[in-house]
Amino acid sequence: MQALAPKHWLYPLLAIAVLLFAAGTDSVRAVQPDEVLKDSELETRARQLSLELRCLVCQNQSIDDSDAPLARDLRLLVRERLKNGDSDSEVLDFIVSRYGEFVLLKPPFGWHTLLLWFTPLLVLFGAIWLARSVMNPGRTAAAAAANGAGAAEPALSPDEEAKLKRILDKG
Amino acid sequence: MIVEFGHFALVLAVVVALFQTVVPLWGSLTKQPRLMETAKPAAILQFVLLCFSFAALTYAYVVSDFSVANVAANSHSTKPLIYRISGVWGNHEGSLLLWVLILALFGSAVAIFGNELPQTLRANVLSVQASIALAFGIFMLATSNPFLRLENPPLDGRGLNPILQDPALALHPPFLYAGYVGFSIAFSFAIAALIEGRINAAWARWVRPWTLAAWMCLTLGIAMGSWWAYYELGWGGWWFWDPVENASFMPWLAGTALLHSALVMEKRETLKVWTILLAILTFSLSLMGTFLVRSGVLTSVHAFAVDPERGVAILLIMTIFVGGGLALFALRAGELRQGGLFAPISREGALVLNNVLLTTATATVLVGTLYPLLLEGLTGAKISVGPPFFNMTFIPLMVPLLIALPFGPFLPWKRGDLQGVAQRLIIAALIGLVAMVATMAVASRGPWLAPIMMAIGVYVMVGALQELAFRAKVGSAGREEVLRRLWNLPRSVYGTALAHFGVGLMVIGIVATSAYRIETVLVMKPGDKVDIANYELTFKGVAPFRGPNYREQVATFDVSRDGVPLTTLSPSKRVYDAPPQPTSEAGIHAAWRGDLYTVLGDAQVEDGGYAIRLYFNPLVRFIWLGALLMFIAGGISLSDRRLRVGAPRRKSRQPAVAVAPAE
Repeated sequence: MQALAPKHWLYPLLAIAVLLFAAGTDSVRAVQPDEVLKDSELETRARQLSLELRCLVCQNQSIDDSDAPLARDLRLLVRERLKNGDSDSEVLDFIVSRYGEFVLLKPPFGWHTLLLWFTPLLVLFGAIWLARSVMNPGRTAAAAAANGAGAAEPALSPDEEAKLKRILDKG
Repeated sequence: MIVEFGHFALVLAVVVALFQTVVPLWGSLTKQPRLMETAKPAAILQFVLLCFSFAALTYAYVVSDFSVANVAANSHSTKPLIYRISGVWGNHEGSLLLWVLILALFGSAVAIFGNELPQTLRANVLSVQASIALAFGIFMLATSNPFLRLENPPLDGRGLNPILQDPALALHPPFLYAGYVGFSIAFSFAIAALIEGRINAAWARWVRPWTLAAWMCLTLGIAMGSWWAYYELGWGGWWFWDPVENASFMPWLAGTALLHSALVMEKRETLKVWTILLAILTFSLSLMGTFLVRSGVLTSVHAFAVDPERGVAILLIMTIFVGGGLALFALRAGELRQGGLFAPISREGALVLNNVLLTTATATVLVGTLYPLLLEGLTGAKISVGPPFFNMTFIPLMVPLLIALPFGPFLPWKRGDLQGVAQRLIIAALIGLVAMVATMAVASRGPWLAPIMMAIGVYVMVGALQELAFRAKVGSAGREEVLRRLWNLPRSVYGTALAHFGVGLMVIGIVATSAYRIETVLVMKPGDKVDIANYELTFKGVAPFRGPNYREQVATFDVSRDGVPLTTLSPSKRVYDAPPQPTSEAGIHAAWRGDLYTVLGDAQVEDGGYAIRLYFNPLVRFIWLGALLMFIAGGISLSDRRLRVGAPRRKSRQPAVAVAPAE
């Protein structure tokens, strides 16, 4: 019995167990024995490339994981190109030229992905900036020095003084 | 009739939620204690009503009442009892009911245990909590009512998706939801604090246990989902950076940050604004998780446009709560007084670093998850963001976090001595190096980063233990003194150490299994032998078998190691009766050093053999063991007297100074 339907697009839904009207899933995953290349070095490269290519008919699944016939075709295509002596990037370029950028699980760097790639950096700098303002560098040196003497704490209100006294007395 | 009562109870619960939203808040704004006091009975009543409602739906599932549309669509009379019950939350409508039930559970818990809370704070918290229940209650009644009847009931139901018929997955959603919804308490407290315009350490002491409880549940829920994926999806993958996984991972990351910043706020009354913001963001991400999963927007932007009713409703709910929360934050955050100052090198500083990195990690996952949707929605361009992107962006953020992690608990509050701590942690670093060398000796292949990451994992684990040893004065005090000190250490210290230890363990598991996994795909005929990872497997053949609600083909492998018979593995291919759907059951031999994982594939037409997939996943159990330790650690922390809900005693700040390294 050959795998008929993508499996991976199920997992997301299942993970929170929401939508259940799912298509079939099947046991055998990905690479079939007859696909494996004899040259183990080429095969390793093929597997690596497979991890970066999306199975186009599946939900968020690489062709390395997918049972779909299309994924198998792509895996064979990758191996075919590698056997013909293509470099890794040539293989990827070839597949992108046929299927579009959508096929790449790691989107290429470009104007349309600028925000994608830079958001982590922007947030990191933003968070560092915020953290600095929290720590108030202008005052920290003084505060650190003052902390030794316990003077950095804002003075207690009379109310708090009374409370503190109560607590201390109790202890 | 019971179903109608359940339906009626749900409607009543929504009415009670409306009351609970309006009256206590009005009472707190107009300073009328009697109105504020209504929050408590309302919260409890709401919970009781929803319990009844949920029980009624469960009853319909247990007796297989197929006149109820929801039961007919998702259950089947031949299903084992446990899966008829878990089927209640295995679908959209039922899981929403569970969501609201847990929401009410947390609300009523605040009502019952919150006697020591200031009256206005409690009234406001319960009011905000009820407003969430109100929004989701209306949403359920309007678009996703689980109690609707069918005019012509079918003879049998359509059945639960068979790959969901699994014990881990039966429990996975309740834990996940307890996590998601638990963060609503932090959110409600944050909003209540903003309404009042004041916040203090007592606030953080209140929020922290709830956040911790929610975080524990979420940790376990995610781990269960990952574990289930590992053994059920048939190839040993345990995390896919899939949008729905990310949807649960983002609240976890933000919640972890919140847990740590609330610590600073409780102990030092600083980072108030930041903590409030994190509380709002964490719950917003939980809501977004719900939205992403339910709206259909993940399958395709177009699917969302085709059936927008539910999606738009959840989007609206999200806009109200997230937008409202953030707007209130923008308006009132300035009024919150910041507390004590601290130097960058201090416990606070370490926790700030934790927050910076975790927040960035959250943002990275967020942008990676949403970017393709937004880009397609705005420009029509289709791109994919998959595991290679997340690995490339996420791991660089985790490395500094892990390196800094053992420093945190060693540093004293206010100001610390980095060099002194580093000197102590040299032991952990050295043991890490040993682990690195050992890894390189054992594994001849794999990425260059892997041994380094193994070293970091070990370093984190040893660092966690070293902190305990340091606090107990191991090495400098006598044996009795050490034991006495260990005995007297606060449980939260053990909680911290154990959780951090779990993080290290998880890192090791992740790295080992990602970098050093062995796999082979081959065709085997009965009698064939194959070697993998020092195991010798003999394929005995395939036989049919009939289960309670499925048929299966079961393969048998005799496994031996060094010539000694070890076990028999039986991976199988199943087809369930209802719905008729094929699944795969892996045959797994679990051991400390790793899992031997066997999968039965297709029969080969030509030669009567079978496609067989064999994997060896080194140390893979450490991943879930680490998560389990984090869960247990949360429980230990929660049992600490000072953290216990309502415990009035406030720890003096003196001991923090006493721990400071002698200079």
